[in-house]
Amino acid sequence: MTEPSGGAPPKIQRDWAALLRVAEIDTRMLAMVVVLVVVWLGLNLLTDGIFMTARNLYNLAVQSSVVGIMATGMVLVIVARHIDLSVGSVMGFTGMVIAWLQVDVFTLGAAWNWPTTILLGLALGAAIGAFQGYWVAYRAIPAFVVTLGGLLMFRGGAFLVTDGRTVAPMDPTYQLLGGGINGSIGATWSWVFGLAAIALVAFMAWRNRSSRLRHGFPTKPVWVELLLFAVWAVLIVGFVLVMNAYTKPRSDIPRGIPVPVLILIAVVVGMSLISRITRFGRYVFAMGGNPRAAELSGIDVKKTTLLIFVIMGILCGIAAVITTARLNAGANSMGMLAELSVIAAAVIGGTSLAGGVGSIAGAILGAVIMQSLENGMVLMGVSSAMRQVIIGLVLIIAVWFDSMYKKNRR
Amino acid sequence: MTEAPLVEIRNIHKRFGGVHAVKDVSIDLHPGEVVGVLGHNGAGKSVLMSMLSGALPADSGEILVRGERARIDNPRDARRYGIETIYQTLALADNLNAPANLFLGRELRTRWGTLDDDSMEAEARKVFHRLNPNFTNINDPVINMSGGQRQVVAIGRAIYFNACILIMDEPTAALGPSETAMVADLTKQLRAEGIGIFLISHDMHDVFDLCDRVMVMKNGESVGIHPIAEVTKDDVLSLIILGQLPEGWTPRNGG
Ligand SMILES: Nc1ncnc2c1ncn2[C@@H]1O[C@H](COP(=O)(O)OP(=O)(O)OP(=O)(O)O)[C@@H](O)[C@H]1O
Ligand SMILES: [Mg+2]
Repeated sequence: MTEPSGGAPPKIQRDWAALLRVAEIDTRMLAMVVVLVVVWLGLNLLTDGIFMTARNLYNLAVQSSVVGIMATGMVLVIVARHIDLSVGSVMGFTGMVIAWLQVDVFTLGAAWNWPTTILLGLALGAAIGAFQGYWVAYRAIPAFVVTLGGLLMFRGGAFLVTDGRTVAPMDPTYQLLGGGINGSIGATWSWVFGLAAIALVAFMAWRNRSSRLRHGFPTKPVWVELLLFAVWAVLIVGFVLVMNAYTKPRSDIPRGIPVPVLILIAVVVGMSLISRITRFGRYVFAMGGNPRAAELSGIDVKKTTLLIFVIMGILCGIAAVITTARLNAGANSMGMLAELSVIAAAVIGGTSLAGGVGSIAGAILGAVIMQSLENGMVLMGVSSAMRQVIIGLVLIIAVWFDSMYKKNRR
Repeated sequence: MTEAPLVEIRNIHKRFGGVHAVKDVSIDLHPGEVVGVLGHNGAGKSVLMSMLSGALPADSGEILVRGERARIDNPRDARRYGIETIYQTLALADNLNAPANLFLGRELRTRWGTLDDDSMEAEARKVFHRLNPNFTNINDPVINMSGGQRQVVAIGRAIYFNACILIMDEPTAALGPSETAMVADLTKQLRAEGIGIFLISHDMHDVFDLCDRVMVMKNGESVGIHPIAEVTKDDVLSLIILGQLPEGWTPRNGG
């Protein structure tokens, strides 16, 4: 209908655009996937193929999970026009409390010990989130200030728990949550998980489609639905194959999907659902788009803000569990500077610092891209100082890219 | 009219620092009545209405709804009294699409308690179609919509939820002629259904076409409340500009 007067674009390009439109694929998301693929291929070349070995991808997945989990919460925080600078410190503090309770306070080896410490850790995270959220929501202190205070307070708190002493070792069962040698679910369960995930993808697509048909809305062509399903299925099967290809030391027993990655997947599914199909999620986005309009629409902006910070606190608690399990200890430096990686992951993943825009899936891609660069550079022997320089540059370029993308779309 | 008015605002005040934005204003509104609120820019029309819609707290004075004192501390309270508002600023969340804005704060939900976006889209299509049959891109974020389309979203939001009291703050400022006519028809239809409407407008033609009474404000004060039949356009203009009726005024309809 609206052919540009300067002649039609080349046919190929037009077909691609049409395909993306029918498939309702977010072009920004697609661009990120392309970036990720390019980064992986590049790093693979630069590391002579070490990067894309099953062993390294397994480690990459485990490394990405801690930042990824916290980044899903940071998306909500930033979408609602706030910021949380305290996540690294909160993670360190809750981690120290968990470790201290498990090792120094509770009966060692008791079956109830580690589950109790996890529950208390998550409750502590929630309480810290409620505390910070209260100041932001009900006392109108800018989140930047409150969480900057939190950054200092909880880093100090992490030290005070044991006066700086590292606590170890953790309960052997608890350690599985960190994804160590036995911290994965093995080949069979990995396949069960993968097939269940594929079934779920199919079910969701079918339900979505039948609901749209019932309302008489336009739907995607069947072949597009099938194509999308096929892409998902291939990705899931590929993921399981890779995780199963990495074996335990001195054996050929496949490891399968590591537990922290399962936790990450659960968090991502949960947070995506919260942000997309609950009223709370809708309100978070509305507040980011126009806080005054949200208020005039009868949304309890204060309560919603408080809840955002509570969720962020709980996610810090989950990240603390994985970190202490993986370290097999509690050390007060845990999570140092993690706030920067978490915010960067959200921002690289397309969360707009102006608020109102962002996606959980994007933040995970952001976390994986960042962690891939970090991991790849370690493999290449790049010094940690140089890695910081490069990651910093990547952050700036990512935001620049995002703003260019938005300008061109208009 | 013997029954209690739908709304009665009594001696209401609002100050912003040194600015006395609304000064001792009293006005009532009956079911099936359209009251025009007129005045120059900055006269205090929007602030007056914001106190009724819960967007701003009043400094003093009281509001009665159906004869009873109402506590309106926030927009949720106002909605509970059946007060719906089309804000001059539209008050839309720019990043959300039209159905999400239509139902913001009152989402339709499935039996699982989750958002029922498909039902909301279906309802939204009906509402918007009634106001503007050409409005089809409702799933775009409203920031990408034209001024008129955004206004249609704001109007749809106020009329969808069976209001008893409707506040329209310059509802047609961005609309084209046919959409404006549609809103005029809609206003008449709502009035016939017994809804009380406060209409803020600078368009004399609309005011005389739709209103039963007019109140004119100047510098925060009410300078006159008249049945529309007793004044002419010149009388109203004189009230708006000079704050008083022309010298030697007699009611147009002979009183
Ligand atoms: N939130 C606010 N803070 C401070 N002053 C305000 C605020 N809102 C309105 N005012 C002041 O109150 C006075 C009345 O404003 P109001 O918006 O009610 O005017 P209005 O009659 O609706 O004008 P218009 O026709 O331009 O919409 C103005 O002097 C304005 O500057
Ligand atoms: Mg106004």
